[in-house]
Amino acid sequence: MITLLTIFMLAVFVGFEIITKVPPTLHTPLMSGSNAISGIAVVGAILVSGAADPNTATWIGFGAIVFATINVVGGFLVTHRMLDMFKKKD
Amino acid sequence: MERVEIIQLAYLGASVLFIMGLKGLTRPKTAVRGNQLGALGMLVAIAATLADQGVLDYKVIAGGIALGTVIGFLLATRVQMTKMPELVAMFNGLGGGASALVAAAEFYRQSGNPELAVEFTTATVASVLIGGVTLTGSLVAFGKLNGSLRDFRLPKHHIYNILVGLVVLGLAIWFCTAPETTWTFWTIAGVSLFFGIMLTVPIGGGDMPVVIALLNSMSGLAAAATGFVVGNTVLIIAGSLVGASGLILTAIMCKAMDRKLFDVLFGEFAPSGGGPDADEIYAGKIKSTSGDELAMVMESCRSVMFIPGYGMAVAQAQHAVRDLSNLLESRGVDVTFGIHPVAGRMPGHMNVLLAEADIDYDKLLDLDQSNAAIQQTDVAIVIGANDVVNPMAREPVGPISGMPIIDVDKATTVVVVKRSLSPGYAKIPNPLFAADNTLMFFGDAKKAMTEVTAAIKDL
Repeated sequence: MITLLTIFMLAVFVGFEIITKVPPTLHTPLMSGSNAISGIAVVGAILVSGAADPNTATWIGFGAIVFATINVVGGFLVTHRMLDMFKKKD
Repeated sequence: MERVEIIQLAYLGASVLFIMGLKGLTRPKTAVRGNQLGALGMLVAIAATLADQGVLDYKVIAGGIALGTVIGFLLATRVQMTKMPELVAMFNGLGGGASALVAAAEFYRQSGNPELAVEFTTATVASVLIGGVTLTGSLVAFGKLNGSLRDFRLPKHHIYNILVGLVVLGLAIWFCTAPETTWTFWTIAGVSLFFGIMLTVPIGGGDMPVVIALLNSMSGLAAAATGFVVGNTVLIIAGSLVGASGLILTAIMCKAMDRKLFDVLFGEFAPSGGGPDADEIYAGKIKSTSGDELAMVMESCRSVMFIPGYGMAVAQAQHAVRDLSNLLESRGVDVTFGIHPVAGRMPGHMNVLLAEADIDYDKLLDLDQSNAAIQQTDVAIVIGANDVVNPMAREPVGPISGMPIIDVDKATTVVVVKRSLSPGYAKIPNPLFAADNTLMFFGDAKKAMTEVTAAIKDL
């Protein structure tokens, strides 16, 4: 538990450190891109739905997988689409 | 090396990719690469998880991933850029919802166990609470953004919110000390969903960028909490990175409105009364204009600054604005765009729309740059923006006192394109509309821009 807390605290600080002075143009892509990363819940969802004999937990997990996958796939794709528009006029 | 260790190494690799990806997303030159690195990190994390020994059956997993991929793909490729705030709100909600569901599933699996560690129960409650609030809060935000939900406020709404918050807190403490009371857990889940609705129903309009950024942060924090529930490091790392980045955006948005986060969530906005009333300010001083007149004004000008707001998004006027801007440039006019950080309904909203219309982002000025350039600007064209250009913000007292604005009234001539004199989100009149150098162009932004463009061509 202490190890996990340590990792958590360090990651929060890393997050604050790497995201400094974001130009306004990138506010939306940063948000949708980071949002796709929060779809990492899919990892937890896979872990709870892989039981040999499906039970209620499996089906709750199934819902979680669908939600998180929409989040991941949609988030990265739409971010890419937006960034593509920003690039066009280079 | 054992399988567990290989999986942990893969998670470490994924975490590094997420960090590099997020860092990349903060610079225009590296943003595309950053997004790809993030996606790669996700792929690595998912592949490693599928190899976990606890995963015995793949049918449900494969089905869920296939369904989610199809829906996510369709949403991301079909959505119009003007609908981007809705989409981001929905994704935030799904992320939070997924985290809450994972925690619920894990609790369900463990609920036969009479000796749940307090660490586990605390993390589970945190995950369900944050994830649940994020889910329903985002759904409400989504409904407001697409216009199906209106702002709704009970009398003394913030008192009820504090009460609901205390109820959740009380239940959470009870559950953590007595985890065998399964019903408390499911009650917490239900109250969390309700809390998300209560928190967001009164907030709307101009505060939306703050809310969206905050929900973005919470979707990350929910994932981090879920990481504690299932004891998974990559969830904790990725979740807290997103939580931090969302918080930074939230802070930027709050600063741009000179509002404290607490006031956005719990405060009463714009105490009515006190200020001068609309009739007093506007009476006899409003000068209405037309496309032809504007064409003549702009015929001789050398610099034009567009100041877009939510009205441009509603009217989908970005392409019409682009056409006018191109025409002016072809006639040797210097064109810029003054972007207020909270213009629109989400952070960066205006930038996305203007990029969609192929407007070069070198022409986009931020708040400070806009104010530095405004005094040398011949014509400032405000398109569907209101509070962010309201000079009342410079007054020492008043509902929006202290909020940074774009000082468009300092341009030689100001044109305000707006459907009516109705107030903005702050519900106060705007003396800019009655200023000596302001011309009001009443009507739909897209139609107005098209008219001006046609009139200039006819000169």
